[in-house]
Amino acid sequence: MEEDRDDRDGVAAPGLSRRGFIATLGTGAVAAAAAATAAGAAAANGEAVAGPAEMVRVALSVNGRRHYLMVEPRWSLLFVIRDRLGLTGTKLGCERGECGACTVLIDGKPRYACMTLAVEAEGGEITTLEGLMNGEDLGPVQQAFAEEDAFQCGYCTPGQIMAVEGLLRSNPSPTLDDVRQGVSGNLCRCGSYALIFKAATRAAEIRKGRRT
Amino acid sequence: MSREDTYWTDDEAPAQAPASAPSPLPPWSETRVVGKPVPRVDAYERVSGAATFAADVILPDMLHGATLRCPHAHAQVKSVDVSAAEKMPGVHAVITDKTPGANINWYGGSRLFDPHCRFEGEEVAAVAAETPYQAWDAVRAIKVEYEVLPCVSSEEEAAKPGAPVIAPPPPQPPGGAAPQQAASNRVPAGKPYERGKIEDGFAAADLVRERTYSTACEIHNPIESFGCVAKWDGSNYLTIWDTTQGVFPVQQQVAQLLRLPLANVRVIGHYMGGGFGAKLSASKHHFITALLAKRTGRPVKLFITREEAMLAVGNRPPVRMTIKAGVKKDGTLTALQMTNVGIMGAYRAGAAGGVDFVLRDLYACPNVRVDWSDFYINAGPSRAFRAPGHPQGAWALEQMMDELAEAVGMDPVEFRLKNVPTVSQANNNTPYSTHGLKDCLAEGAKAFGWQEARRSSPGTGPIRRGVGVAAGLWQGGAGGPPATVIVRLFGDGSVNLNMGASDIGTGTKTVMAQVVAEELGVPLERIRIEHADTGTTQYASASGGSKTVPTESPAVRNAALDVKRQLQDLQAAAARDLKVPVDDVSLVGLDFVSRSDAKKRIPAGQVSAFRSRGVIVGVGYREPNPTDRVTRPFAAQFAEVEVNTRTGEVKILRFLAAQDSGRVMNAKTFANQTFGAVTMGVGLAMTEARVLDRGQTGKMVNANLHDYKLPTALDIAPDPVCLPIDLHDTFSNTGAKGLGEPATVPTAPAIANAIHHATGVRCADSPMTPERLGQLIATAAKRG
Repeated sequence: MEEDRDDRDGVAAPGLSRRGFIATLGTGAVAAAAAATAAGAAAANGEAVAGPAEMVRVALSVNGRRHYLMVEPRWSLLFVIRDRLGLTGTKLGCERGECGACTVLIDGKPRYACMTLAVEAEGGEITTLEGLMNGEDLGPVQQAFAEEDAFQCGYCTPGQIMAVEGLLRSNPSPTLDDVRQGVSGNLCRCGSYALIFKAATRAAEIRKGRRT
Repeated sequence: MSREDTYWTDDEAPAQAPASAPSPLPPWSETRVVGKPVPRVDAYERVSGAATFAADVILPDMLHGATLRCPHAHAQVKSVDVSAAEKMPGVHAVITDKTPGANINWYGGSRLFDPHCRFEGEEVAAVAAETPYQAWDAVRAIKVEYEVLPCVSSEEEAAKPGAPVIAPPPPQPPGGAAPQQAASNRVPAGKPYERGKIEDGFAAADLVRERTYSTACEIHNPIESFGCVAKWDGSNYLTIWDTTQGVFPVQQQVAQLLRLPLANVRVIGHYMGGGFGAKLSASKHHFITALLAKRTGRPVKLFITREEAMLAVGNRPPVRMTIKAGVKKDGTLTALQMTNVGIMGAYRAGAAGGVDFVLRDLYACPNVRVDWSDFYINAGPSRAFRAPGHPQGAWALEQMMDELAEAVGMDPVEFRLKNVPTVSQANNNTPYSTHGLKDCLAEGAKAFGWQEARRSSPGTGPIRRGVGVAAGLWQGGAGGPPATVIVRLFGDGSVNLNMGASDIGTGTKTVMAQVVAEELGVPLERIRIEHADTGTTQYASASGGSKTVPTESPAVRNAALDVKRQLQDLQAAAARDLKVPVDDVSLVGLDFVSRSDAKKRIPAGQVSAFRSRGVIVGVGYREPNPTDRVTRPFAAQFAEVEVNTRTGEVKILRFLAAQDSGRVMNAKTFANQTFGAVTMGVGLAMTEARVLDRGQTGKMVNANLHDYKLPTALDIAPDPVCLPIDLHDTFSNTGAKGLGEPATVPTAPAIANAIHHATGVRCADSPMTPERLGQLIATAAKRG
């Protein structure tokens, strides 16, 4: 695995164990409140705890490449992928787990990157839209979306593609109903759903090597 | 300046093209590329992640902005204390109403950070910091003292005597007295629309029906929210990377309000994640971002959150519509009267009208009257939203048409066909350039299997099935000047197409490349498009009003033809190069070929006279439309639904959209845009409504995508059908009419009529949620 060290955010903090309490948290205001409570509890147990704005070290495996970064514990995986790694294929739509534009795969399963803390994602194999490319060539689901015109503005499209990719990895021959359920967590305001269904079916064919 | 959106219709479009514009050509009789289902020229960028949307722009040294908004429906800001926020880590600027340069006039007599906050979400202060997290920390650290004021959240509350007056004072005239506060929340009413005599129409009727309908407030909710990146180069040159439908309207507003030369404001909008009318013009966040960038001397990115967008950027305003209609026993309409009560929101921020237009023009009726009143309330301002007014008006009219058909015992399709007009009654009985309403209804019904489906029984169990139809039109959709396009042909036969229009996801770039390919015979892969950049591309109005293809495609064709003419001028030089007589040479595609010896040929780019120029530059303008014709797109849509009468749940089983939008420019993007418009219509019909805490706090209680429901993949018909009525209009040299808006106009009433067919229940209020429908069905059953 390729190593990519990014220490521009400062010197690594002492190796604190924060996975235990962080794993229970959400993001945003809830996270801040929960962090205060959890920090209090952890402090009472005599454990060292990172403050909400204190940088911690995290190793993220994204598209087969390992990145070492300093992050605030509250930073979402979405923020880190887009703003720290510059992988802007993953989109920000609502930042509260409602639209699906930020869908990535973690260990092959679709996850909302806005609802996942960067520190939570450590240890998982993260795949973004960019990770579906074969060099300059489109992956099968991307190819199917282009062929079927399964998008209009294209902003929700990365999330839709990742949802279909995740679906096909667990179910290579989905029915129309499977597809509709599979992308029902991804909003498309331009309303290209019917063509997304066709693209998913087409992608399943391409993946099986039955190119017509 | 006016805050009205640039939303042109054929009534308002400027009439003059530049004097050098060539005379209009007829559209093509046969095509090789135009109309074909070619994949998008930018499909790769959009599916690979290579497309950089404004939200994706990351500049070196860039800061992030965040906005503090009023949490109350109506409040006066007494004091703003930014001292703690300014000391927060990573914070570089905090701006408020007191900040020099923030005194920007907005919404008429209001300001950028006006201390009188007339709706929840009005801007109070803003921050720029190293990360968005730090910016939000600082926003939360700003201490604001609000005097919470009584609020009004509905037209009933707004109309009550003694209600707090919301309307902002008009702008102060130069050197004039202090502006007067408006006296009431009622927007001064315009003149009623009247043709014929409505009383005569009712007197001539055999049957009269009256019903009141309403549509809820809908919010645009493009998935890419609103925002931009602003970067100053010195104090006089500003670049904005924007998510916008029109880079030029934004440039104009920014230049005017910041007192900058137009040439020094560059707005770039290559990819944008949806707008639907809310991104036709600049919003407050453009100025907030520019101010933050100026104060910090660093580029600033500010994208507003979903909740902020729900509250503050605009909406399709709610409206209550009463229609009283008269009809003869033979199905002839004699009178249509409409009385509308609309809600503007707290400001007059955009096109809120248009509700009556479908009623004025869709069907032949000699006696029509429309009265209108509109109110200010403490809620976000209305704004142009996909076919402003039309889906609302169709919701009422098309349900009434269904009711009238039933009253006179006619099939709903037959009844509509009987009342198809021959001319545009709303435009002084001017003929239409093409009029596909009849075809939409008749061919749509045939393709849908209407008669059979309509005759089959709704069923007797708890699950009932029904079919419904509705028709519609869009006031605009003809396009018109101004538009300037440049096509550059390089020596190797590749082409650069330069136009200012935004491709908002409708396939504008693809369609324009097809036009160039059609005229010059250049393969699509060899056409590169530069667009939507005020610094480098040609003037275009905003992509809205379903006018982008009808406006731009004739200009593109003219530019390509200009290139062709210049190539033909190279004939003599080509003949010299080929060493054949001039009249032996002809231009075939991009090659000059000898008629007598086909082996003697030379690519145009190799002709000596071309090589000495390097590139051929063709310029095209959009000619004005003929004045003796009205150009308008039409639609008829058919729905089949299944209603669970126990729960009020509705499944849309089948949907067919028959669309007359003139020439089909690309069969793929035509169908896609139609499905999208239908999906948005499903939102109006079934799921979408802003909910205010009426009578209490006045706050919006569903300002998120969980509680404000956009249609999902599970809410639409799984396999909808688009039936283009491919009429070749001649109003322009391409004959394409607008599509994006007309296709959303009839959707909701088609579904409502299908539900009525299935259940016998008429749901006059949108959205038809399971709660609402279940209640109506239960009440009807009780009445028995």
